[in-house]
Amino acid sequence: MNIPYQIVVCGGVVPDPLQTLEPIATANGPALKNELLLPHVLDPWSAHALYEAAHLARRSAGSKVWLVSVAPKTKLQQVMMTIGQRVPLELVAIEGPASGFTDAADVAAALAAGIEGIAGLDQSRLLLFGGWESASRAAGATMQMVGERLGIIDQFQGVDELSVADDGALRILERIEGGQHQVSVCSGPPVLLGWATGNLPEPPNHPQIGMQNMRAIMPALQKARTAQISGGARFESVTLPKQQRATRIVKDKPVEEIAREIVTWVTAE
Amino acid sequence: MAETILFLGHTEAAGELSRITLEALGAAKSLAGERVVGLVGRETLHAAESIGSCGASRFLAVTGEPFSVSRYATDCAAAEAICRAAGATIVIAPHTSRWARSLPGVAQRLGGRADTHITGITSNGSSLQVARWFYRQRMEALLGRAQRPWILLLESGCRAAWQGDTAPVTLENIEVEITPALVRTTVTGKQAPRSELQTIRPDAALLFVAGAGWTKKQKDGAMHVGQAAELISRFLEVSQASLGSSKSLVDLSGEGHAVLPFLSHLNQVGQTGSTPRHPKGLATCCHGEEPHVVGWRFIQERRAVNLDPNCGWARGKADVLYVADAFEVMARVNALLEER
Ligand SMILES: Cc1cc2nc3c(=O)[nH]c(=O)nc-3n(C[C@H](O)[C@H](O)[C@H](O)COP(=O)(O)OP(=O)(O)OC[C@H]3O[C@@H](n4cnc5c(N)ncnc54)[C@H](O)[C@@H]3O)c2cc1C
Repeated sequence: MNIPYQIVVCGGVVPDPLQTLEPIATANGPALKNELLLPHVLDPWSAHALYEAAHLARRSAGSKVWLVSVAPKTKLQQVMMTIGQRVPLELVAIEGPASGFTDAADVAAALAAGIEGIAGLDQSRLLLFGGWESASRAAGATMQMVGERLGIIDQFQGVDELSVADDGALRILERIEGGQHQVSVCSGPPVLLGWATGNLPEPPNHPQIGMQNMRAIMPALQKARTAQISGGARFESVTLPKQQRATRIVKDKPVEEIAREIVTWVTAE
Repeated sequence: MAETILFLGHTEAAGELSRITLEALGAAKSLAGERVVGLVGRETLHAAESIGSCGASRFLAVTGEPFSVSRYATDCAAAEAICRAAGATIVIAPHTSRWARSLPGVAQRLGGRADTHITGITSNGSSLQVARWFYRQRMEALLGRAQRPWILLLESGCRAAWQGDTAPVTLENIEVEITPALVRTTVTGKQAPRSELQTIRPDAALLFVAGAGWTKKQKDGAMHVGQAAELISRFLEVSQASLGSSKSLVDLSGEGHAVLPFLSHLNQVGQTGSTPRHPKGLATCCHGEEPHVVGWRFIQERRAVNLDPNCGWARGKADVLYVADAFEVMARVNALLEER
């Protein structure tokens, strides 16, 4: 059975993980120092969700992928220069902060409004994807709230695999405790999947996909609405850990001695 | 404001409460206010009695077969019903995969807020503050909220587990109607990614991290991946350590290279992996770059074996860095552990 899915992927942008991050206090609550100067990437777990979406769409004729993103437009535009070359998508851009210190509930409201604005959305074909946690707030709360707003109560988090059975049922593997997966079967859409790493490598850049996407991406960015997103929480403090350890560097020691030292340490109570 | 504190737990397969659940109860106990216990599971009376002396004024439960499994729709319905019945303003729950999936949705239904991955709770008088990390363990914030109900999911290892006597309780059963919409999803079971060897052991005293160096050309100009796999699996066997990995090594495995047959991306530690909690960690052939080391936030004692004296571990990220060949060192470590 071929189902032409409508796959809506929610994903924000975050600072490149290789950057040094430093919190600062502002009148509107905590923020990152020089946040708008930092290079950004598509939030890694949402990026996996997007790649899985594109992969599924390719296998199910007539399917389509949307990316709905709350982010500062200038950052989103930069990120789309690469992401837009990887998978065919339609962008729904919503102007708003990328900060991790915003409230999941507000971001969820903005995302849900963006999704509801997609013309011709059909719940019987809808797969709502996102990352199971962001690399900014890392709460794993936003997607559930989006799902609730859209009335989707078959939700899965920490998803590593989705497969479609002949009768259209969806088989889903979610991460649970102890390095295991829980296996569930849902009779069909609408479902919400918060993805973990999945199983796909990063797709290569495809200039042709980039050309196609870019025609619609620029207008989508131009018509981005601004979302009302607040701090929500009262932040008392945000601090970097005092984690600098005084590393003892052991050089030129015979292997035997090192091994003994490690064994003593490992086996000590 | 006088708070009504609901401790919300779910039972495990055999009807018991897990350690992390009892830790959350320990945290709930430390807060001032009226305390209510809420439990969800196939059978909850035994679990309720096991914490019967915890000082709660009421014990509420949603019980039955549909609630024996971890499923968003039924879990939300159950948790929502308990929160409403309790009139909870603060909900304290363990950060299990089951509650992490469902309780943020419950917060939305109740017009409240949820904060996850809580590592500390303090209450001074009327105000409650929680600690949690932002940007994947890079910075720690202390925060409070005016909005209620406020659902807090507590990480493991942040509190001592509640201990106390079994006592009889009056369990108030709350009915939740099971409509077809709640059971469109069937949980069919659990599976380990590679069933031959269990490598992730959350309760292990030691985290052993393998990095991509195990697969690189060594000083004889050749790769020794087979030997690496043997050394690592032998070490896991004799030490009962939990296996973590860098992203680079997992990605290599994912790309179909013959790497370590027992490794999957569930082993990955770091920014886009896990943040395990073990008292000790030993990193081998891993460079100790920031996106990896943020996953070590809760590892107390850290040592590393690396050929490079300028690797990341040397720069304040480990307590001890052994500049040595991990193949040689681990072979001797295994031999010494076997002798013991
Ligand atoms: C978006 C994003 C997210 C990321 N998330 C993560 C994450 O979650 N987790 C993560 O780990 N990384 C993550 N990274 C990648 C991270 O930046 C590093 O690239 C990665 O951690 C490097 O892995 P490694 O140290 O195993 O490999 P390498 O950098 O290749 O280091 C190998 C090390 O092995 C040592 N070595 C080689 N042979 C021996 C020997 N015989 N004995 C001793 N030492 C030896 C070398 O000296 C070297 O230090 C992320 C990167 C990005 C961009």
